[in-house]
Amino acid sequence: MSTTLLPPEFSDLEPFAATWCLETERERFAQRGVSTMDDMQPFYDAAIARLDEARAYLDTRDVHELNEQDTNLMHLLFSLIQVSFSVELWRQARIPDTGAAAIDLWLEAPL
Amino acid sequence: MARYAKPAEGSWTEHYPDLGTGPIPTEDSISPEFFELEREAIFKKAWLNVGRVEEVPRTGAFFTKELVVANTSVIIVRGSDGEIRAFHNICRHRGNKLAWTDYPGEEIRGNCRKFTCKYHMWSYELDGSLSNVPQESEFFDLDKDAYGLIPVHCDVWAGFIFINLAEEPEQSLTDFLGPMVLELSEYPFGEMTERYAYRAEVGANWKLFMDAFQEFYHAPYLHGGQTPSKFTHMIQEYGFEAPFYKIEGPHRVVSTGGVRGEEQPIDMIKPIEAKLRSGLFGPWEHSTAEDVSVPGVNPGNADPWGLDSYNLWPNFVILIWAGGWYLTYHYWPTSVNTHVFEANIYFVPAKNATERLAHELACVSFKEYGLQDANTLEATQKMLESKVITEYVLNDQEVLVRHLHKEARDHVRAYRSELEGATS
Repeated sequence: MSTTLLPPEFSDLEPFAATWCLETERERFAQRGVSTMDDMQPFYDAAIARLDEARAYLDTRDVHELNEQDTNLMHLLFSLIQVSFSVELWRQARIPDTGAAAIDLWLEAPL
Repeated sequence: MARYAKPAEGSWTEHYPDLGTGPIPTEDSISPEFFELEREAIFKKAWLNVGRVEEVPRTGAFFTKELVVANTSVIIVRGSDGEIRAFHNICRHRGNKLAWTDYPGEEIRGNCRKFTCKYHMWSYELDGSLSNVPQESEFFDLDKDAYGLIPVHCDVWAGFIFINLAEEPEQSLTDFLGPMVLELSEYPFGEMTERYAYRAEVGANWKLFMDAFQEFYHAPYLHGGQTPSKFTHMIQEYGFEAPFYKIEGPHRVVSTGGVRGEEQPIDMIKPIEAKLRSGLFGPWEHSTAEDVSVPGVNPGNADPWGLDSYNLWPNFVILIWAGGWYLTYHYWPTSVNTHVFEANIYFVPAKNATERLAHELACVSFKEYGLQDANTLEATQKMLESKVITEYVLNDQEVLVRHLHKEARDHVRAYRSELEGATS
């Protein structure tokens, strides 16, 4: 029985999986909000380096019939998209000039 | 120096002489009295979009819509004859709210065979007729035919469900929409069923948030941090200009130029955008929707084209992106200085992981920008309420802001005249 969250091809990303394989945007946005740049930068660096391969790997699957590990990998890439804004633009978790605002994504396309 | 030709009058604003070019009053965004009149003059008279046909796909599928601005809640349901109907969400017995779970103020959706009131089990068929009353013989000559659900006018255009709360609408939905909006009738909205739905409570008058999305003058500045500094400097130097504006009746359109993602220098875009070939403007690869070049789309013939934002009176926006996907916005007032903002993003369903990731990046980008807009609007509202200024100046790229507020003032003025006529 597999004990890893991610497909074996992406075992190098396994250290980040427990934190960032999150099913909903609500959870991913919240996780970004409570993370520091020291948390996010290593995840970003590791994940964006494997992004092309991960995408190519997932493209060999039916995106609507992903198994559990592949689904986790997809969710990890969704988290990469979240943290990319903090890493590539803001240099902080919080989006500047958004203190009082909240926008809730209550329905997202299921995988 | 203008990059795009303007109308012969010299500006978009002067092309519509009724708009004037002077400062406009702030009163309609901060006056509680004005807001009370807007409820009647605008929201109880106009056709209001409440959703799409895909939300009620089969017999018995329904959802409720809280219309705080009109002090009511409405049920939208598909009947066994396939018709979509709307009813006030109230039991005809003692006025309990009919469809709700746990929290009376929350919207719900689901499937049912009939609507049954929690209070005394009165039940109604999907067509609104009252079918069962427990202990019916205890009532006094109860005529069940006279106690069906109270209908709300409901009609569908291009898959969008509209309701009208007036006893008798002043116009049919088609007449209300008018030729400019009806041009979009053939757009393949129905193919774009991969949906992302957002909701936000915003501390600003509903029109102020509409303003933020019907002018793009602010984009290079408020959102300057959203792009690599080289790109930001470039757009701040050039400023924003739209190639096309059009106003027809109470509705208005702005169409913008765009960018071809693959032609952008690598230092003008973010690394994640280069990898996923997507961003705020959506996936670089155009969607596979059947035919998106219908009349009404890219009315200014921009090349490259960015988006068309159709602002439908009073509070509904359809925003069509060049890449073959669209958004809707709704602004539902809850008080003079608060409203519920809803956004929906619709894509042709992803066929593979690459497409799904491109969609995800577009959605996350949308929210990053939207949060900055929503927050800024609270700041605007608070200071307008200080009444330190009582009017503001608008430039030609803000012509649609001018039009929205004029429409609101005109509707309220006409309603006031109606009231005075009725009492004199």
